[in-house]
Amino acid sequence: MTFLMRRLFGLTLAASVTVLAGCATQDSVSRASGEVFDPYEQTNRSIHNFNRGVDRYAFRPAAKGYVTVVPPDMVRSFNYFAENLSMPGQAVNALLQGNLKESGIALSRFVVNTIFGIGGLGDPASDFNIPRVDTNFGETLHVWGVGEGAYVELPFFGPSTARDGAGIVVDFFTNPIGYATNNPADNITAYAEVVRRLGDRGTYSDTIDSILYESADSYAQARLIYLQNRRFELGGDQSEYEGVYGDPYSDPYEDLYAE
Amino acid sequence: MPSSFLTRRTFLTTGLALSAMAALPRQLWALTETGARSLVGSVVGDINKVIASGKSESAMIRDFEKIFVRYADVNIMARYALGVDGRRASPGQLRAFTGAFQGYIANKYGRRFREFIGGTVEVQSARKIKAGYEIKSIAKLQGQAPFEVTFLVSDKSGKEKFFNMFIEGVNLLLTERTEIGAILDRNKGDIDKLIAELKRIS
Repeated sequence: MTFLMRRLFGLTLAASVTVLAGCATQDSVSRASGEVFDPYEQTNRSIHNFNRGVDRYAFRPAAKGYVTVVPPDMVRSFNYFAENLSMPGQAVNALLQGNLKESGIALSRFVVNTIFGIGGLGDPASDFNIPRVDTNFGETLHVWGVGEGAYVELPFFGPSTARDGAGIVVDFFTNPIGYATNNPADNITAYAEVVRRLGDRGTYSDTIDSILYESADSYAQARLIYLQNRRFELGGDQSEYEGVYGDPYSDPYEDLYAE
Repeated sequence: MPSSFLTRRTFLTTGLALSAMAALPRQLWALTETGARSLVGSVVGDINKVIASGKSESAMIRDFEKIFVRYADVNIMARYALGVDGRRASPGQLRAFTGAFQGYIANKYGRRFREFIGGTVEVQSARKIKAGYEIKSIAKLQGQAPFEVTFLVSDKSGKEKFFNMFIEGVNLLLTERTEIGAILDRNKGDIDKLIAELKRIS
């Protein structure tokens, strides 16, 4: 991507996310019950169809080819590489979240893997028992108390929320690697991320195929799975099993074992 | 004779192992971490046995269906997946739906048994929840990053059985309720057509 394209792309994404984030809000009762908040369902569904087309005709075949041709160890190496490049940014996010320890861990991962992992292609940090870090600006916003907002499906990126969409934009522009003075390759982070996504698409091919192509309503499945998984990553309240949706035995529609 | 002695010993060991397995469900009444570990362990063991049998894929899926019925509270799971629409179903339709649902689940997840080859599930902790117990575990499948799987177990059916499962926070029953709801919508709410479609795709 040239600088101009990157700017244009970012601006478009930023504009759409700002519009989305600015509009609808969910009332607190339905948010507490873990309901899906999807006021832009019509638009989202058309973007979903677009994304499905992109996947079917470009991304899926490319990913399948990639994991067929490239040995699994190398696929893993490229994943490590992309992950490593995101570590300085993650360190900043952890700091913004007030989590000094995690910030330090992210930085030490970056240092250890860059030096001892051949520029990040390996993951010796894990061998030294340095825990993995996985955070982003979406999580920072969450920590700052910003609500999830509406569900959105972003072109190319797929399922997201207004908050996490805004996070993607911020992460994209604030990655410290992008500001390095002697950057070895322009936008290396973006390329590495595409390669990482290819690898994941190929590795988890069956799971993704079953959601996108085998379910009766792939949009609803992807939405539900994304939101649940994201809430889980952000340390959602596990006691929600006790609620109506987690405990089929206490489902108001069920009376199988009642009395 | 040494050979018959050996046979006898093997027989005894096998007998012991079998009776230990038979005692499993009762051990679970006081569901400790050990109990949780053995319940999860025996499901994983049974699944691996089927995979190792080298049978045809369709025969394996039939075996997975038996495992599902043995370890899971299929009735409550099917009812939950059907949701509100279950209220207008006749008892006959509910029975037929439950049968179709168990075949559908066995097929949907059983078809992907290859991902499970060489996989392990390590129980991390068990705790009491309202309907029974929650067992947290880490699944390690080949070529994939380890992920968290949470099993929910209840004895409300009269036996300790799994009734739900969360993979990295994704609720299996809720996901299936969405899917069943979508198939039902596609069939304009006709429960008989839903049952027929589930049978067709399983």
